[in-house]
Amino acid sequence: MLGALTLLLVFQLIGEIIAQLFALPVPGPVIGMAMLFAVLSLRGGASQPLRDTAQGLLQHLSLLFVPAGVGVMLHLHRIGDEWLPLAASLVGSTILAIAVTALVLRALARRTNASGE
Amino acid sequence: MPAPAQLADIWVYLSASPLLGLTVTLLAYQGAWWLYKYAGFHPLANPVLLAVAALVLLLELTGTPYQTYFDGAQFVHFLLGPATVALAIPLHAQLPRLRAMALPLLTALLAGSLAAIVSAVAIGRLFGASEASLLSLAPKSVTTPIAMGIAERIGGLPSLTAVLVIATGIFGAVSARFVCRVLGVRDDAVCGFAVGLASHGIGTARAFQVSEQAGAFSGLAMGLNALLTALLVPLLAVWLKF
Repeated sequence: MLGALTLLLVFQLIGEIIAQLFALPVPGPVIGMAMLFAVLSLRGGASQPLRDTAQGLLQHLSLLFVPAGVGVMLHLHRIGDEWLPLAASLVGSTILAIAVTALVLRALARRTNASGE
Repeated sequence: MPAPAQLADIWVYLSASPLLGLTVTLLAYQGAWWLYKYAGFHPLANPVLLAVAALVLLLELTGTPYQTYFDGAQFVHFLLGPATVALAIPLHAQLPRLRAMALPLLTALLAGSLAAIVSAVAIGRLFGASEASLLSLAPKSVTTPIAMGIAERIGGLPSLTAVLVIATGIFGAVSARFVCRVLGVRDDAVCGFAVGLASHGIGTARAFQVSEQAGAFSGLAMGLNALLTALLVPLLAVWLKF
């Protein structure tokens, strides 16, 4: 587990260094994720300890959002002033994104299935 | 029974150490999770929402500044980095399905990602949101550490983005099943992919409770959209000048 956690942090560190070095718009952990994905694809899979550690971290993924969420108290004033545009944008855009993604995927997956038969 | 003066000393000591912020975060989440379970995993009893509400109330009542709390809670927050890297593992487990459905998935990803970014900014502008709020809204559909990084890069407010991301996640988790039902989408893989794209880890946590397949596709969409949004938002910010 210690080895797996070290591996995740090493990939994050490499990602951060690449992002800084080339002034990339992509955050370091995402580059780390892409690189780990590439390495796993080349090696043909993750070891059992790595899979267990990833599952442990991702199982409580929603806990990790709590400290940032409490930051809402810093913005109560702005949210009070702009609650309508912020709420309309969140609600409208989230429903639209779910609907567009689901409809496009359903239409194309159906076509792929039909042509595959 | 210690005297009140001693209690005050203990409070002063504890509130200056990271232990308290870290412990109340875990306690609030455990309590929220218990309520969520007790409510039969009803989407409205979202554990992130409950835990955040309880902690804000506690900090306001005790007059504790957010920074003091975050000095402790940052140890939990820090794990978002390695957790993001760890997403490569479930993503890789989906490789065969990913290959088979590559083109439909990538097309839906591009359409959904653009819809999420452009509509967030357009609706916000339509209702008169400020410039800083618009820039903070643009990356709202992707997971917190990535969205905060994007907001920082384009001149938004990272801490406001974090709040908007979490609100989006909670709203997506609460509404996804309803939206899919209205559209007549019955395939768990399709609805899972859509909820992961629109509402990242909080939507994915919810999708895993619906079915294993919904969760896997949700995690896939969350990872892919994190990459794509990190590329698209800075480009769109320049081109559309939002």
